[in-house]
Amino acid sequence: MNSIAKLLKEKPSKVLSIYFTSGYPELNDTTRVIENLGQSGVDFIEVGLPYSDPLADGPTIQDSSTIALKNGINLDIVFDQLMAIKDQNTTPLVIMGYLNQVIKYGEHKFCEKVVACGIDTVILPDLPMVEYENHYKELFDHYGINNVFLITPQTSEERIRKIDSYTKSFIYMVASSSITGAKGEISDGQIQYFERIQAMNLKSPLIIGFGISNHDTFSKACEYANGAIIGSAFIRHLEREGVDGISEFTTQIVGS
Amino acid sequence: MRAKFQPDENGYFGQFGGAYIPELLYPNVKEIEDNYIQIIESQEFQEEYKSLLKDYVGRPTPLYYATRLSEKYGAHIYLKREDLNHTGAHKVNNTVGQILIAKKLGKTQIIAETGAGQHGVATATVCALMGMDCTVFMGEKDIVRQAPNVARMKMLGAKVVPATSGSKTLKDATNEAIRYWIQNPHTFYLIGSVVGPHPHPDMVARLQAIISEEMKWQLKEKTGSENPDTIIACVGGGSNAAGAFYHYLEDEEVELIAVEAAGLGVHSGESAATSQLGEVGIIHGSKTILMQDEYGQIVEPYSISAGLDYPGVGPLHAFLFDTKRAKFMSATDQEAIDAAFELTEIEGIIPALETAHALAVLGKMELKSDQVVVINLSGRGDKDLETYMKHLKD
Repeated sequence: MNSIAKLLKEKPSKVLSIYFTSGYPELNDTTRVIENLGQSGVDFIEVGLPYSDPLADGPTIQDSSTIALKNGINLDIVFDQLMAIKDQNTTPLVIMGYLNQVIKYGEHKFCEKVVACGIDTVILPDLPMVEYENHYKELFDHYGINNVFLITPQTSEERIRKIDSYTKSFIYMVASSSITGAKGEISDGQIQYFERIQAMNLKSPLIIGFGISNHDTFSKACEYANGAIIGSAFIRHLEREGVDGISEFTTQIVGS
Repeated sequence: MRAKFQPDENGYFGQFGGAYIPELLYPNVKEIEDNYIQIIESQEFQEEYKSLLKDYVGRPTPLYYATRLSEKYGAHIYLKREDLNHTGAHKVNNTVGQILIAKKLGKTQIIAETGAGQHGVATATVCALMGMDCTVFMGEKDIVRQAPNVARMKMLGAKVVPATSGSKTLKDATNEAIRYWIQNPHTFYLIGSVVGPHPHPDMVARLQAIISEEMKWQLKEKTGSENPDTIIACVGGGSNAAGAFYHYLEDEEVELIAVEAAGLGVHSGESAATSQLGEVGIIHGSKTILMQDEYGQIVEPYSISAGLDYPGVGPLHAFLFDTKRAKFMSATDQEAIDAAFELTEIEGIIPALETAHALAVLGKMELKSDQVVVINLSGRGDKDLETYMKHLKD
């Protein structure tokens, strides 16, 4: 069983996941951010690989990626940073990047490095299902890596069922038709969508992301899914308060 | 059997193409994929499209025998006058077609990306014609560089939204358009070139194919044969080249030459010669050849021409390059400027800077005296006068 599936089995509700951009705010903050998030009670962490053209991300994450790239981050440095904390870190990590980074780095080399860092789960938002079926499933299976699929309010039931059958960790449930970026509230329309998915009784755990930004939206999301992912709101907090202010953020989200 | 240079059912030309899109975009793209061929091949569409091309755009565009240019280079050189289209370039062939597709799909809001502003103007034009709402994404830098086209778009009623992310140019404008499309799935993304996720490259190629469709009968009339020996076109994303090559792709005796912008020189570090400098990767939802660094970060290209400085190339062109069906050449900024002045001086035609790159390779070719060459004169140079004035000799 992979690290995320194991986590979700042990803790099936109110799972908090945080996305952050590696190499941000400073090049060598990657490990400090992971350490602080782990100590703050975050259940699993998405390590973002900064990309020049992140189509599925909003301005906050793109801006942080631009800064990280200016700081000099690259895949080799990220993997070195993750290797350095491999033995101390106990919080499961997920790699989030774009497919072109994987292709250019070398698909096999990428997988080897991910596994060497003790990571077994990846999210590649621009990897479409058909390409997964035709090529990447075999590659990832070979390395024991599991791929997380996204579903949206527009994803058909048939497609969701198929995604459920491919899923080995969790389904990333995009809260609305949107790119990443906090909106501050959850609408009735979104709740209807959450209820519709909940009623499908999927075998895979659901984690809601995109637009989760505070205690209220996190709690609401947790009523309909096993947990939620926060990205942009965390990046903004990091920008304001720095790495030392991380626990303050997670306390706010989870509530007392 | 599928023709060699047509995409397969997943939108691949050989290893290039496909639809590498976030799940968020899947329904938007699927709607077009499920409908575009049926719409384009319907009699109703064809009648309306051809009628607008004739009476509104001004087609067929002339195939002009350039006597003095032919004498100078010692070959029979014809110019396919896309510069005479309404709005001044081939771009409008595609926007007229796509606006009709949008209408059939019941869409009323159009979005588009633009670099130099030519596609933005062509989109704003057909939106005005059809009474549709138009939003054009344009890099903040390009908005400053291409002020006259920004003014045209605004006069035509379009909203011009600056793309402020990344390098603030065409690739970022395309990212912003795609993001807006994700958040507003009811809009129609009227893409300007043979790029993007399948079926966009194929859809745009089919709509630009009118160029080579006309070339066939025009050449037949003028030379007795439908086929020239050589066709030359410039390539940024590659829409005018796709249109000029389209009906000759399977006819391998016709030599196809694609000309990329070499900027200050292919290996100067300031270039947009994607086929020479790029490697296989993914950009804007398509697997193709693109300019990137060793970690797959997309590199910002350079060319004097804002229509050619795109870091990728359409997947069809990547396939034509890979299979050597087309010969890829390049021209520097200076060579393009010189070619533009030459055509102006001896033929009285001021070409667009993009088009000037295609003209610039004539001097680099070994032409035979009976060789029939067609150059796709993709656009006129009015928009580039400021640049040309800087190079005007007293």
